[in-house]
Amino acid sequence: MSTNNGNGADAPNRFIGKSVKRVEDKRFTTGHGRYTDDIVLPHQTYAAFVRSQYAHAKIVSVNITTAKAMPGVVAIYTGAHVAEVNGVPCGWQVNFKNGTPMKEPKHPLLVTDKARHVGDAIAIVIARSKEEAEDAAQAVEVKYEELPCEIDAFKAAQPGAPLVHDDVPNNICYDWALGNPIDEVNAAMNSASHVTTLEFVNQRLIPNAIEPRCYNASYDRIHDHYTLYTSSQNPHVIRLLMCAFVLGIPEHKVRVVSPDVGGGFGSKIFHYTEEALLTWCSKHIGRPVKWTAERSESFLTDAHGRDHITKAEMGFDNDGKIVALRVKTYANLGAYLSTFGSCVPSYLHGTLMQGLYTTPKINIDVTAVFTHTTAVDAYRGAGRPEATYVLERLMDLAAHEMKVDPVELRFKNFIPPFDGVTQPGYQTQVALQYDSGNYHGVLEKGLQMLGYDDFRKAQKEAAHNGKLLGVGFSTYIEACGIAPSSVVGSLGARAGLFEFGQVRVQPTGKVTVFTGSHSHGQGHETTFAQVVADKLGISMDDVHIVHGDTGKIGFGMGTYGSRSLAVGGTAIVKSIEKIIEKGKKIAAHLLEASADDIDFANGNFTVKGTDKSIPFANIALTAYVPHKYPDDLEPGLDFSSFYDPANFTYPFGCHIAVVEVDKETGKVTLKRFIAVDDVGNIINPMIVEGQIHGGVAQGIGQALFEGAEYDNNGQLTNASYMDYCMPRADDFPMYETATQITPCPHNPLGVKGAGEAGAIGSTPAVVNAVLDALWSGGHEVKDIRMPLTSERVWRAMQN
Amino acid sequence: MSIKITLTVNGVKHTNKVEPRMLLVHYLRDVLKLTGTHVGCDTSGCGACTIHVNGKATKSCTMLAVQADKAKIITIEGMATHHELHPLQEAFNQCHGLQCGFCTPGMIMTAADFLTRNKKPNEKEIREALEGNLCRCTGYENIVKSIQYAADKMSAPKARKTKKEATV
Repeated sequence: MSTNNGNGADAPNRFIGKSVKRVEDKRFTTGHGRYTDDIVLPHQTYAAFVRSQYAHAKIVSVNITTAKAMPGVVAIYTGAHVAEVNGVPCGWQVNFKNGTPMKEPKHPLLVTDKARHVGDAIAIVIARSKEEAEDAAQAVEVKYEELPCEIDAFKAAQPGAPLVHDDVPNNICYDWALGNPIDEVNAAMNSASHVTTLEFVNQRLIPNAIEPRCYNASYDRIHDHYTLYTSSQNPHVIRLLMCAFVLGIPEHKVRVVSPDVGGGFGSKIFHYTEEALLTWCSKHIGRPVKWTAERSESFLTDAHGRDHITKAEMGFDNDGKIVALRVKTYANLGAYLSTFGSCVPSYLHGTLMQGLYTTPKINIDVTAVFTHTTAVDAYRGAGRPEATYVLERLMDLAAHEMKVDPVELRFKNFIPPFDGVTQPGYQTQVALQYDSGNYHGVLEKGLQMLGYDDFRKAQKEAAHNGKLLGVGFSTYIEACGIAPSSVVGSLGARAGLFEFGQVRVQPTGKVTVFTGSHSHGQGHETTFAQVVADKLGISMDDVHIVHGDTGKIGFGMGTYGSRSLAVGGTAIVKSIEKIIEKGKKIAAHLLEASADDIDFANGNFTVKGTDKSIPFANIALTAYVPHKYPDDLEPGLDFSSFYDPANFTYPFGCHIAVVEVDKETGKVTLKRFIAVDDVGNIINPMIVEGQIHGGVAQGIGQALFEGAEYDNNGQLTNASYMDYCMPRADDFPMYETATQITPCPHNPLGVKGAGEAGAIGSTPAVVNAVLDALWSGGHEVKDIRMPLTSERVWRAMQN
Repeated sequence: MSIKITLTVNGVKHTNKVEPRMLLVHYLRDVLKLTGTHVGCDTSGCGACTIHVNGKATKSCTMLAVQADKAKIITIEGMATHHELHPLQEAFNQCHGLQCGFCTPGMIMTAADFLTRNKKPNEKEIREALEGNLCRCTGYENIVKSIQYAADKMSAPKARKTKKEATV
């Protein structure tokens, strides 16, 4: 790979905006990635868990006598051993409508009284080998007394439902509302000339990162120091939560490392009980202990996503303008509050109900409910796909009901373009202020790519020939880089949402960057290096990005919510600005000029209006060999910054799906998928496109293939890759992607974030397309429950 | 009880005593420390553990180590020869065919076997060949393009590579 892309060493932006090939790829393509399970420590032991087979059962007794005598067993711990240890905390306090705090039952490391979902951990068995640990775990005898369970959020919230936690009445964690007062919204809805009503389920999904969760904890008795290797998206957050809230051990005595991580999609944000328990065990046994989830355990214990039961109504006036939106959702939290389980259905969902539209009155009401199922938390998009699904399904359905074109209905209701610089941001009815947007632009581009007029003609012709063709639209907005800390703190966040970035210039002018952001596929080692190399006018080969280690990086909040570049990248840019400012002082001294007269460009410090200049590397050397040096300046060239953004960023876009539905079988074939996304400025178009591809595949997966299926006994009946329908390569056409660029006005890179857009925009487009296909054949169907399997579509056509 | 096995892995002969129940993937990862082969599911559903056994793509989580006695095995670590990347390894980089990298070794091993059987595959054939391999990051498109790129490169008359491209 040529690192200057042939643009010459001095050309501005030699890397930013270019599809630079990834620098991290070589280790992965040659089998030299280093994931947590690849790490084996001296005197390593292995853990296996005894997990509840029942969704709800009293634990009558746990007998470990036989198991303890099994070969290779080092230790076995049950709930009784850790009864005094705190549970894992929730990171966001949401209050009831009446102002009282949400119900926050303990999420223990191992249960003592009863099991609350299938997979709830009852005991941990530690042995010399994985096999011995698993053998002994089989020999632990648990006596259960099975209790009635409830898996459905709506039913669980009704009086008389079995309680997940005895001290949480009606299983309700909180009720919550946002937007305009309900009376105003009701009045506006009553004034509407048409109201579209939709009741649906946004089904439960399983994130399914291909690398199972894995932890390896060790304790060094001599130095009283812990090390935890974890497949986490945010090692500093894990350290903070585990030390301060669970184990009560000093943070400076704990190093948390997230080495290569094999995908996260949200499911590896959270502080899991196993992380804290293994760390606790490592001290008790005095040996390192490792646990790697089996896939069936991943299905049962990785936090799940979505699971909303929703009724939504959208009112329109005679002219087709939206006058009101009213939404009621029952959100399933599972058996325990996961780290961000509380904020996903509230602040990450309700706040997006404005969508791209000028809706004047909005009320979103959420009841968050405990059930006897695996905990639910952020999964790619986290709340925003749910909001988009509400709005975009309503738009296409309303257009169909009112016999208007779904595209025209959107154009009529779009918020007009605004750049956020010369025009102010857009204040929504649901607390947010959008930064910049050009919503007409993405839809227009999408329609061009589709060839909309031709499509409608083809659709008519197909219907005439007995074929069902359909098109579905989704014009979405999302909120990334959640911030600023003061605002999210006032809404209940128990963490700050800034990022840390340190730029260390070595004496030879080579640069090491320490970022609190974490890459588990996003390509930080490339994208961040592109930014640094351009800003400092050096080669990408001279930049090394370090992430994922609390022992090396000052602090960090990690990667989720598409925040890495907008927040983490900006922290690095701020440090670069400090480097350049100090460099100018050193250059001024060497060139006998005033620092104000020094320009920095293309890697050279130059006295304005002269040809007197010094290259960056010489300044770096001078900073560390300060023989000829300003008296009032410290040696060294190494700066850290914390960046707390002024606002979220708001990417948006237009996704269009074209499907054909087989009349005889109900089989849906996705013929085309068009994605026009505006994620602000783009550092690496190849990586952005890759993020969109992956997100779109997950969104299509939700629409057509995926869904966790619990039976009435609370058993997850499709907890394997034999049963859970993961999308495969032959399920997709080639995606047709394009971008529009509306820069973010409030960060120096002008970037917004691309990680979740694909998953947010795509799902309703596909479902809308299937319904459009059915409508073209005269089937008046309002909703089909996702995933849209052949059977469900076929049944819908029979009614 | 242990059973003695002798097999060749990436051109190197190994003799070890293994437990009869040890899976081949665990032998490769835990005994030989070849950790490029990954375990994603335990049920041969994800393909992250794909290796070549006697030239055929095989899921090493569904085969016992003792079944590999006398076999010739190639893992991802054996794909680059004499410091020269296999065309698929280069292709995955060129076409952005990987993100987190966890499924990548299995994808490359599956594709390498497929390309020996179908030297000029079309898109549909490539997608079908990947039926047994899951990727959660890429949405598959760039993996398909990577395999197409490698196929083109492997069937093209041998062009001289630049030194930089060819070096691992």
